[in-house]
Amino acid sequence: MAQEKSKPKNGVTAKDVKKIAKLSRLHVEADRLEPIAEDLNGILGWIEQLAEVDVEGVEPMTSAVDMAAPLRADNVSDGGKRDDVLKNAPKSDDGFFVVPRSVE
Amino acid sequence: MTDLTKMTLSGALDGMAKGEFSSVELTQAHIDACKASTKLNAFITDTHDLALEQAKASDARRASGTVGKLEGAPLGIKDLFCTEGVKTTAGSKILGDFTPTYESTVSANMKADGMVMLGKLNLDEFAMGSSNETSAFGPVINPWRKDEDLVPGGSSGGSASAVAADLCLGATATDTGGSIRQPASFTGTVGIKPTYGRCSRWGTVAFASSLDQAGPIAKTVKDSAILLESMAGYDAKDSTSINADVPDWSASCGQSVKGMRIGIPKEYAIDGMPADIQALWDQGIEWMKAAGAEIVPITLPHTKYALPAYYVVAPAEASSNLARYDGMRYGLRVDGKDLTETYELTRTEGFGDEVRRRIMIGTYVLSAGYYDAYYLRAQKVRTRIVQDFENAWETCDAILTPTAPSAAFAVGRKVSDPVQMYLNDIFTVTTNLAGLPGISVPAGLDKNGLPLGLQIIGRAMDEATVFKAAAALEDAAGFKAKPEKWWV
Repeated sequence: MAQEKSKPKNGVTAKDVKKIAKLSRLHVEADRLEPIAEDLNGILGWIEQLAEVDVEGVEPMTSAVDMAAPLRADNVSDGGKRDDVLKNAPKSDDGFFVVPRSVE
Repeated sequence: MTDLTKMTLSGALDGMAKGEFSSVELTQAHIDACKASTKLNAFITDTHDLALEQAKASDARRASGTVGKLEGAPLGIKDLFCTEGVKTTAGSKILGDFTPTYESTVSANMKADGMVMLGKLNLDEFAMGSSNETSAFGPVINPWRKDEDLVPGGSSGGSASAVAADLCLGATATDTGGSIRQPASFTGTVGIKPTYGRCSRWGTVAFASSLDQAGPIAKTVKDSAILLESMAGYDAKDSTSINADVPDWSASCGQSVKGMRIGIPKEYAIDGMPADIQALWDQGIEWMKAAGAEIVPITLPHTKYALPAYYVVAPAEASSNLARYDGMRYGLRVDGKDLTETYELTRTEGFGDEVRRRIMIGTYVLSAGYYDAYYLRAQKVRTRIVQDFENAWETCDAILTPTAPSAAFAVGRKVSDPVQMYLNDIFTVTTNLAGLPGISVPAGLDKNGLPLGLQIIGRAMDEATVFKAAAALEDAAGFKAKPEKWWV
């Protein structure tokens, strides 16, 4: 059952990990970049066996159910729950979420 | 009085209907069992006081002639289902003290049917794991033991452990790649993942939306049918909910399988399969034959690509779904010097290693330059897997396979190698990718005395055939073993 673990052809480097972490909004310490790259390459190398499959002319599967997206009337069906919405906020004030400044 | 925790759900519902005991008595017996089982770490949040209130209300309803499908039955809810007024964690620190102001559709259906909720069950963080070791609330321990603590499987480890240890009559669970069926196999319980779209995903914390599906873990096939009948049903609040009636699945249990064509996929006989599991599978084939089914060899040629395709699709969807945890509107917030640093610190502290790993894989396979090579290709392989099953249904009505490639393993053994851990789902993940129903039935013990399950897979929307075949398998296997109560 042990499947072969190969180095991926397009493996990630420490520099790539830094970029992926930034896109993911995760903080990675500098000394962890290399170990994480190795970790990800172990998984990506295993995933690369997908290249063996003949997918010529095959449509990508984007939904697990065989049906069109349902439509509904454009009516208000819910709302007026400000206090409920704010109930779990880490910080709120006077009916608003309080967030760090994002524009100077 | 007999030990009420030893009853099946079906037996307990009958007992209450005959007035042999009340919901309060039944619930108290299970609360006592829960309190004596803290070593298993099956629950994250206990709701014992609430359970007794619900039991009293249930007894009153019954006295006035109102009896729901789950009337007065003490059950557990996986802590991935939002429960109004009861903390919901998804097994993660990032949700902090999140206490939903609404109820998931699945648990709301069960409440409306008279359920008593004992508490919220432990799970792998965001349901990402096959051993329940990624939970921020510590691993769940399997009641089955061999010299050392074993994992209950995952991600629905708390659900499986609690049902196997008789802490509740049944439990909700969810299955994205095998998270209902593999833990059921590891704990000697029954677990069914229905057709994608049968159970509403509304109010269930999302992992990979095109694969996530709720289902029950129970003591018997019939109990799992009763639970699924309550959990399932159309819900306009989930755009992928299937608008179809919920059949009387419990009536399918016990019907003859004479003439049913059972497919045996040769690709599931993988290299390195333990002899015990191959032998049990062979035995299962003999049992189905003896029950009157016709055995048909089939081929599902893309089976070996299912798991790698899953580990592109599921992390991709997860990285997108988990973007919502930004520390602004709910859950944990760790303040940084600016908005970006606040996001990063919150998510780094709030998510565990496996969740961060999958977010990064998902982000990578969706990023510019890699999307076609990984994500688009995986979606096309997924189509191939669906086609494999469509071809198989031309010659068979259901498919019989092992549920998992091993019995329960020791806590700590596989955490260091993610790919080895992912291989646990090798037999279950195909049905998630194809959206098909699959059930695990306890069928025997291995040489160490640990339970093993067999899986029945059916056509989309044909749970009736799955239940019929599963009940026949259960009947033939006569699995009655229970773990020794070492944890009390």
